[in-house]
Amino acid sequence: MKYLPFILRNLKRKKTRTILTVGSIAVAVFLFGLLIMIETGLNAGVDVAGADRLVVRNRISLIQPLPLSYQERLRQIDHVTEATFASWFGGVYQEERNFFPQFSIDTETYRDVFTEFVIPNEQWQAFSADREGAVVGRSTAEKYEWEIGDRVPIRGTIFQGAWEFNIRAIYEGGTAEADETQFWFHNAYLDERRQWGKGLIGWYTVKIDDPDHAVEVAAAIDERFANSSWETSTETEKDFARGFAQQIGNIRLIVLSIGAVVLFTLLLVTGSAMSTAVRERIPELGVLKTLGFGDGTVLGLVLAESVLIALVGGGLGIGIAKLFALNGDPTNGMLPIFYLGWESMMLAIALSLMVGLLAGAIPALTAKRLKIVDALRRV
Amino acid sequence: MAIPISYNVRSIGARWATAVVSVLGIAGTVGVFLAMLAMARGFQATLQASGSPNNVIILRAGADTEMTSAVNHEQVRIINDAPQIARADDGSPLVSPEVVVIGAFPLMTTGTDANVQIRGVYDRVLEVRPNVRIQEGRFFESGLTELIVGKNAVNTYQGFELGSTIEIGGEIWKVVGVFDSDGSAFDSEVWCDANLLNQTFSRPAGIYQSVTARLGSQDDFTALKDTLTSDPRMTVDVTNERAYYAKQSQAVSTLIRRLGFLVAFVMAIGAVFGALNTMYSAVSARAREIATLRALGFGSFSVVASFVLESILIALVGGVLGCLAVIPLNGFTAGTMNWQTFSHLAFAFKVTPSLMIWGLAFSVFMGFIGGLLPALRAARMPVATALREL
Repeated sequence: MKYLPFILRNLKRKKTRTILTVGSIAVAVFLFGLLIMIETGLNAGVDVAGADRLVVRNRISLIQPLPLSYQERLRQIDHVTEATFASWFGGVYQEERNFFPQFSIDTETYRDVFTEFVIPNEQWQAFSADREGAVVGRSTAEKYEWEIGDRVPIRGTIFQGAWEFNIRAIYEGGTAEADETQFWFHNAYLDERRQWGKGLIGWYTVKIDDPDHAVEVAAAIDERFANSSWETSTETEKDFARGFAQQIGNIRLIVLSIGAVVLFTLLLVTGSAMSTAVRERIPELGVLKTLGFGDGTVLGLVLAESVLIALVGGGLGIGIAKLFALNGDPTNGMLPIFYLGWESMMLAIALSLMVGLLAGAIPALTAKRLKIVDALRRV
Repeated sequence: MAIPISYNVRSIGARWATAVVSVLGIAGTVGVFLAMLAMARGFQATLQASGSPNNVIILRAGADTEMTSAVNHEQVRIINDAPQIARADDGSPLVSPEVVVIGAFPLMTTGTDANVQIRGVYDRVLEVRPNVRIQEGRFFESGLTELIVGKNAVNTYQGFELGSTIEIGGEIWKVVGVFDSDGSAFDSEVWCDANLLNQTFSRPAGIYQSVTARLGSQDDFTALKDTLTSDPRMTVDVTNERAYYAKQSQAVSTLIRRLGFLVAFVMAIGAVFGALNTMYSAVSARAREIATLRALGFGSFSVVASFVLESILIALVGGVLGCLAVIPLNGFTAGTMNWQTFSHLAFAFKVTPSLMIWGLAFSVFMGFIGGLLPALRAARMPVATALREL
């Protein structure tokens, strides 16, 4: 610690260089934060999926429906504690680019299965009582400035026509990673007005008593409905969400490759700045050693300078990324969540620490190995 | 008087280690920028290739994609009779009513299910879409549970090899042919008999998702549109097929492009910082040289020009490296979800010469920005002080 003023002095000597190096690390770490947010956004469903929930869909594909009568039959299967369902509505609010997912839900049971969503009781009751009522996630409500009591028109694309809903409740996700963009309304309302496919729903979500039974229950469900005209395919909510994320493409690979390019470049920039700094200061380092500072201390001084630059840059970068995240989603709803967690921020700091150490290593070793005679010759 | 370029080239040679840092920083930025643009362009090209300017696609009024559309048998007959439609040699109309559904099949790479578009067609489809041809095997026999698959589908999903059988909706289907549609979205699809597909998916017979019709002449589009939309029995939208697919590609390619620009912009700031660092240290290390040049009579403008040029030269090398690095990506096939149709779509990255020119221009721009400030500092240095350090 007592060397801190000395290190700071050194950093202040070439202000432009210090600022630029700190700046380029900040930029890279900011980018790293951005990539992490994109990745979390695309994998959103996977991280929040309930381990005790299974998704039951038509075996042919998700767009094929299942009959309403399955709800009772699903409840009878061992270890199943509740079964609820939803359908994809796919409507458009005002313009096509205003995307948010709309589901018609089973009002009776939905909240018992998806317990993580936080909805005030009186709001939920108001929703239950209103046939044309709807529940909307906080972020969608904020985006379109909807308030409880508003009447919202939505144009149906699958279910043709103009639909109108009364906002009766606003839900919150419970956790920071939760999807707060959804819009739910009564399946009874949809079933009453739809011109075809009455009595059909999109998919079921069943809750089981113990996650350990997931595999066995999934098999039991599919076996139960095998050879019927509505065969099912059942998997855990996590696998379902993962399968969905896989279809978007190998995002993790793209994120990792960009990240690697960025980190490598960063290492070079910091490394080169540090070695220039050491090269310029060779005579000085010679003087330090003459005064009795040990090889280890000199090594530590150079390394500390590099680490300090990296940490300041990293902290700055991840701080800006956090501010950016708090500012909202720049993709206009393409990503369900846009969030930077503490773990990711710590990881970014750890990475900048690593960059600082690696980039400072060679110049620091040069400084350590410096012989006083050679160094002083250049004064 | 201008300072000769050979001076800059030699200076770079003398300090190659720091120059390499700038070069790599700029190469990385240009590479990432081009890769993202190549991805967006490839996605767009795939969907654009799906539409032919001679074709129109007819959907239910208000439906934005085939997935949400329905056209009945009666309406298909009216379309058949429209005078603007091209006819085959035997006088029958070149009209292809199509059933479009989604089936879940495992991806080869991960084993997880992907939504695959299954299109029910009649054999007339090959005349309506001349860009589709059977590459291996044969067309399916109508009335039989046989499939033909696009050349990307064969390589992307499990179990579609020629000759193999696959179970869909309780029926056993045999893969009898592989088709090639010139890199369009159809290459990711599976085609079979339209009537059988409706049966298998327990959908009402005689209902189609879309009707694609070939025009006698491209100029007849408006006339056909007027004929069909003014008919009281029809509630349809008539769209040029190319425009329809161009619109489908918009959302995803805009998203990729926007993310690409954002990432490239942020990386560019980093790369410019790197370039600035290199040039500033170059300027301070060469203070005496610069002063000598000035003393010899080179004007301050010449000094600025020389340093900016040097920075651009370094950046250009980075730009060329970045371009070279993305060339192997050309043709690389990736898959993603087409949100408009809710189905999986394979597309190839497209690295085009015009894209590379953009990349080079981008690197020159970064070099210019990175060189300007240090160059100005160089020009402002007082000659006498600098020479005194000699």
